Amino acid sequence: MQDDNKRFVERDRNWHPPAYAPRYKTSVARSPRQSLVSLQKPSVSELTGPDFRHLRMGAHDNDLLLNFRENPALEGQAGLPIGERMIMFGRVVDQFGKPVPHTLVEMWQANAGGRYRHKKDSYLAPLDPNFGGVGRCLTDEQGWYRFRTIKPGPYPWPNDMNSWRPAHIHVSVIGPSISTRLITQMYFEGDPLIPICPIVQTINDPDAVETMIGRLDMSRSNPMDCLAYRFDLVVRGELQTYFENQ
Amino acid sequence: MKQPNTVPSSELMLRETASQTAGPYVHIGLALDVAGLPEREEEIWNQLAKPEAEGEHIEVVGTVIDGNGDLVRDALIEAWQANAKGEYQPEFDLQKPFNSFGRTATTASGDSEWTLHTIKPGAVTRSDGKVMAPHINLAIFARGINIHLQTRLYFEDETRANAVCPVLNAIESPVRRQTLIAKREEADGKIRYRLNIRLQGEGETVFFDF
Repeated sequence: MQDDNKRFVERDRNWHPPAYAPRYKTSVARSPRQSLVSLQKPSVSELTGPDFRHLRMGAHDNDLLLNFRENPALEGQAGLPIGERMIMFGRVVDQFGKPVPHTLVEMWQANAGGRYRHKKDSYLAPLDPNFGGVGRCLTDEQGWYRFRTIKPGPYPWPNDMNSWRPAHIHVSVIGPSISTRLITQMYFEGDPLIPICPIVQTINDPDAVETMIGRLDMSRSNPMDCLAYRFDLVVRGELQTYFENQ
Repeated sequence: MKQPNTVPSSELMLRETASQTAGPYVHIGLALDVAGLPEREEEIWNQLAKPEAEGEHIEVVGTVIDGNGDLVRDALIEAWQANAKGEYQPEFDLQKPFNSFGRTATTASGDSEWTLHTIKPGAVTRSDGKVMAPHINLAIFARGINIHLQTRLYFEDETRANAVCPVLNAIESPVRRQTLIAKREEADGKIRYRLNIRLQGEGETVFFDF
């Protein structure tokens, strides 16, 4: 059996944003009204998940400075995106501090002007011909991941009369099972747009907001090259059950 | 370090990173072709089964509908299912004929259907010996969804297995169990199962916590 003696720490639904958070207007019609049905006996269906160690990745999949170029003939500085060069790195651990090795971390973001390279984004800030905005990598043996990118810009969006998203990078992590699956956003320490963002405000507990702040880490910055922001991810803790259920 | 036995056990544990919506541009990160980006060497997408995979080849399709009855055109769905023998294959490898994991998205125009090309999963036995009817686990991400919604898709023609499935039976309302049952269609020589996911209101899909 694939699920013997295993379960995960219960997800705290009061810590995460509720489905219905009316200040974020789109959530109103997209949130269930019925209660979630709790599976008191998680099965192999919930306790297992994909392992991406055999997914073939390109050499620059985690390097957004180099992984997109409208004109592939451009070389050197002419082929680099505009914006503040930065490293985003961190560790994926579970709630007991145990590293989560070889798990897939994916990210996507706007360019330095706050524009996404997406068919549906029509913001007037221009696309950057040298920036795609997507990255992915596996964590190493100790749970570390690392991307190189530019700092995304804030941008306006239709919610209130004048809502702006703080600069952010979307982050997706798989973890050891589909029970640990998580998508979040990394914000930047000190950004004054964070406390007034309706999407950040979907979260009720200020301590939970702090878990989404990437912190400047001068020790990992490269002199005369780029700054570094550290963003650790915590996924649900894995428990062993030692006694038979009878 | 905290002194043992002096603090509640909850304080000895880290809190999970909080969830945020995947937003309208989720495709840039997880469905590059949908965003209009060039694909990389390998992408995680909606063909779980190649033609040589063992089992009954099926297409699974559906829409996502919001509380107003409108199509959700920017949803991303992840699927996790057993193979034809009822076993999960965690090792994702596109060289293999079958993978348990896949992704799909609703479309920005037209009928806005998501599609999976897969095989019908076998029944899955729980560690307590109870047999769960064949099912596909689905997670739904979209703009306006603050934390992904988790559900299961079951098959209409598995009447007997569905009737005794411990998970379907954990849903108190028999009427609501029906929201998880995909309808079987046969079209162009293909077997197709259809499940519309209703986020809110009449016929609201059952979503699970686990």
